[in-house]
Amino acid sequence: MFLIPCPYCGERDQSEFAYAYQAHVHRPKDPDRLTDKEWADFVFIRDNPKGVFAERWIHAAGCRRYFNLMRNTATDEILAVYRIDEPQPKVEPALPATPSGEAPIGSGNDAVKVVKPAERGS
Amino acid sequence: MAKYSVVSLIREGLRGHAGWRRAWRNPDPRPAYDAVIIGGGGHGLATAYYLAKAHGLTDIAVIEKGWIGGGNAGRNTSIIRSNYLFDESAAIYNHALTLWKGLGRELNFNIMMSHRGVLNLAHDEHEGRQLKRRIEANRLNGVEAEWLDAREVKSFCPVINIARDIRYPVLGATLQRSGGVNRHDAVIWGYARAADALGVDIVQQCEVTGIRTENGQVTGVDTTRGAIRTPKVASVTSGHTSIIAGMVGLKLPIQSHPLQALVSEPIKPLVPCVIMSNAVHVYCSQSDKGELVIGAGIDAYNSYTQRGSLNIIEHQMASLCELLPVVGRLRMMRQWGGIVDVCPDASPIISKTPVKGFYINGGWGTGGWKATPGSGHVFADLIARDEPNAIAAPFALERFHTGALVAEHGAAAVAH
Repeated sequence: MFLIPCPYCGERDQSEFAYAYQAHVHRPKDPDRLTDKEWADFVFIRDNPKGVFAERWIHAAGCRRYFNLMRNTATDEILAVYRIDEPQPKVEPALPATPSGEAPIGSGNDAVKVVKPAERGS
Repeated sequence: MAKYSVVSLIREGLRGHAGWRRAWRNPDPRPAYDAVIIGGGGHGLATAYYLAKAHGLTDIAVIEKGWIGGGNAGRNTSIIRSNYLFDESAAIYNHALTLWKGLGRELNFNIMMSHRGVLNLAHDEHEGRQLKRRIEANRLNGVEAEWLDAREVKSFCPVINIARDIRYPVLGATLQRSGGVNRHDAVIWGYARAADALGVDIVQQCEVTGIRTENGQVTGVDTTRGAIRTPKVASVTSGHTSIIAGMVGLKLPIQSHPLQALVSEPIKPLVPCVIMSNAVHVYCSQSDKGELVIGAGIDAYNSYTQRGSLNIIEHQMASLCELLPVVGRLRMMRQWGGIVDVCPDASPIISKTPVKGFYINGGWGTGGWKATPGSGHVFADLIARDEPNAIAAPFALERFHTGALVAEHGAAAVAH
């Protein structure tokens, strides 16, 4: 369960929000000139990273405004929150060492040893 | 392969079970194979088995980053059915159901297949109409299906509450009697043992970190246990299909979401069939140990954490308590999540790719387990012949460009 820091209302329970998928997706300016493949890519293809993902949420049961969130999909850690009109911030999350591996903390995958923050660096 | 039988069971019982042998080898990866399958889940092992058995391709490896069956194969609710609306889906899921029926015998391994029947409940007139339409479509495709009214539902599964005064009363249900559940570990072990006996190397604790290509043709894979040369690489990595495809620069119409399930404490036989409800959204069956196995929908957000959020299971438990009020005080023992690859049309991708020798089987969304043998069977055929057969062809990647989607969202009898 996430605690989501709405930029307008502050930290609220996830159940107040609805997910609105990848952020910064722009509709093509000249759709009539696109090939079927290019149009399909716009309609169907989205990023699906294991790591940093910029996504939109809407505070549906609150201020009802959209905003952007950066989250590490390998751990669900919320890295940054910013308004639609603000630039995407830089973040440095703990990522898995291999492409489909697990991050050292918070992966939710019980095949990976859980390291408590106090044990880090020791 | 040592043959398991009632005789070997009695013999080992008398000997204190000291004589059971290891069921498959645990080999180190060799430097080269004719084909490498990434992912040792149900679909991956089934693919390897049918490649070896039906196509004589035995110099192959299954590469698994954890242990076999530790991903979604070990996390699903093992429901088997084939009552899908569209012709393409009916073809592949019914192909799988046909294979399930004989699989235990074929693998000489008890997969505990129980054809106990799957109920899909209708809670309002419109849903009832939709479900009846699906029954007719099923029958035209040779898929067994029938309609039960509320009283017949009650007599088939007495624990269901059919009172008219609940918020979403049960008006009727479709029933597929040949549907049911099986034992996921047994399926994995059965396929692994049979594939290993045919010469397939099953390499565990070995993660693929890169795929090598030359002039648009696959030449090998890099793994955490060294490089392997191979002209054919098949990705069967539910949850991580996008990651593996990214290794050859391919972007897929797939999003990865957590899907949760949970089990109750074990109780005496209570639920004689599989109960599924699309409208209130919960499904439930009872394992042979007596636990109720309960599932529902995905978490809305993208994630690779095998966890999910509490609001999802809160919703499905509320639904279950209304459908089966008797379970209201039952305690839940375990909850877990698996990562499912969801396609925009809720149908899988079984396909060649623009990279020669790279094949994808993924995007099964929330319903991959029931397809395991059928999926492996048609995917093995695709890898061996480099051409999809009639069952696999509609699930090619090109459908997203041509628009020929197999749009099973909602049409599959349960929301995805």
